[in-house]
Amino acid sequence: MTTESKLMSMREAMAQHVPSGSMVLLGAQLEQMIPFAAGHELIRQGRRDLTLVGPISDILFDQMIGAGCASRVMAAWVGNVSAGVGYCFRRAVERNIPRRLEVVDYSNFTLALALQAGAMGVPFMPTYATLGSDLLKKNGNLREFSSPVSEETLVAVRALRPDVAILHVQRADALGNAHLWGSVGVAVDGARASRKIIVIAEEIVEPAIISSDPNRTLIPGFLVSAVVHEPGGAHPSPVQGYSGRDHAFFEEYHERSRRLEDFEEWLSHWVLHVTDRHEYWRQLGPARTDPLAVKEHAFSAPADFGY
Amino acid sequence: MQQLKTVTHRSETPNISRPYTFSELMVAAAAREISDGEVVFVGMRLPMLAFLVARRTHAPRAVGLFENGIVRENPSTKLLYTMGDPPNILGATQCGQMLDVMGLLQQGRVNVGFLGAAEIDRFGNLNTTWGHRNNEMQRLPGSGGACDIACLARRTVVLLKHDHGRLTDRVGHITSPGFGTGGDWRRSHSLPPATGPSAVITTLGVLRFGRDGEAYLASVHPGVSVEEVLANTGWTLRVADELVETKPPTEDEIRVMRELDPNHFWTR
Repeated sequence: MTTESKLMSMREAMAQHVPSGSMVLLGAQLEQMIPFAAGHELIRQGRRDLTLVGPISDILFDQMIGAGCASRVMAAWVGNVSAGVGYCFRRAVERNIPRRLEVVDYSNFTLALALQAGAMGVPFMPTYATLGSDLLKKNGNLREFSSPVSEETLVAVRALRPDVAILHVQRADALGNAHLWGSVGVAVDGARASRKIIVIAEEIVEPAIISSDPNRTLIPGFLVSAVVHEPGGAHPSPVQGYSGRDHAFFEEYHERSRRLEDFEEWLSHWVLHVTDRHEYWRQLGPARTDPLAVKEHAFSAPADFGY
Repeated sequence: MQQLKTVTHRSETPNISRPYTFSELMVAAAAREISDGEVVFVGMRLPMLAFLVARRTHAPRAVGLFENGIVRENPSTKLLYTMGDPPNILGATQCGQMLDVMGLLQQGRVNVGFLGAAEIDRFGNLNTTWGHRNNEMQRLPGSGGACDIACLARRTVVLLKHDHGRLTDRVGHITSPGFGTGGDWRRSHSLPPATGPSAVITTLGVLRFGRDGEAYLASVHPGVSVEEVLANTGWTLRVADELVETKPPTEDEIRVMRELDPNHFWTR
């Protein structure tokens, strides 16, 4: 086990670990801690033919699809959670703009089971979910089978092993041991199912802080390939204890992605002509970022690990 | 203070034809689908309000589950845009994984799940994958957890706007199965027993389902005629012999809703 720091810049992490053609897990914690900064860096680096995997990923999937990074999406829901549909997703599916997009429709549960099967190292997990639905008919990774131990028909959900999971967390040490709390979603199985993990953290802390509360370590560092210190990297999604949700940003994106020309302008303004997250943050400005800061801290009671 | 004034104003003038909005009526009707002590897959927007109303009125021991893994006994009193909003995590009973709550759902331990839909048909099948406008197919966001809830919850309650385009004879795509084509369709598709659609709460009335799996009109909202409901439904909707009027929200129910949503953000 290495004891060398895995800290690197966002640019390096994306360049080294997420080549074109990768299957990438993003947005494992649903509406919280979506790795927007990583997605924007992949757009700037011109990734192509990515397979995007995640339960929802809110508007990050829509942006990456609109920027032409993806050729396939495996998800339960693609859109704008608080504002409605994803217009780039619609343009890609309905009119191949900017390129053709294959959609593999899951439900939340079956996507979570696909990652769990990957995490467990087995070919599938069984479920009753999706029986009778058109998801089952159209998604080749969902197959009916007869239970070998009971008189029942179930659905086998084929294991997914993403090439890389990109996870935004509250804090990690330089080896990638990561504390994550609040909205967990499919992060634990998603991380273990993936061949590589990139941890993006609000704070880099000493290993002793992580090991002081091992139940909160949802990602063990020995599985992690890279650690990026990127405070604010999840904006406009929230990070419990660090930042609120910028609801207006989602609403504005909804309006400005409706027409292709407006989306291209949006993308140029917020992604392509921004060098990194620091500049993005400056561009947001304090009038926008100050209200997102935590106004009232709510610390949990310490747990005694002594003996 | 402003909230109190609004409520006082409204309760002092009960003769105004609609002192509550249609959405508030839907929320109250949805809240009454939750019995005390039940486990509820909550969802967002109106169902979130319905869960809060139920907890604060007739169902103080109801438990709420959210797909991101959250278990909540005390609902947040902040206006939420998504289930992952920080106020929905602060004060939660448990923040687990998605599979923790989905496992409870699959075991049959979720009594009622709430869903919205772009389209529903006469057997309660839901479509949130493909819409159409002017003969062009429109790609919609997809299932999320809706298919899971429709397959596995004991009772599914659907909330949607009542119009001809949304209440259609057959949905073009079954994202979330109801009673399929009726009869023993759910059993023949191996779905767990004693699950399926229970009520459809629309802007005009409440639909329920017969033993054959077909929907019928069970109640109309105050001020709405049966003809209006039938004219806005895409198939020949059966009407209950003992059709009733939907009970309007009580003052208690309205007070809870407006405490959370004083400016009618969700309950326009």
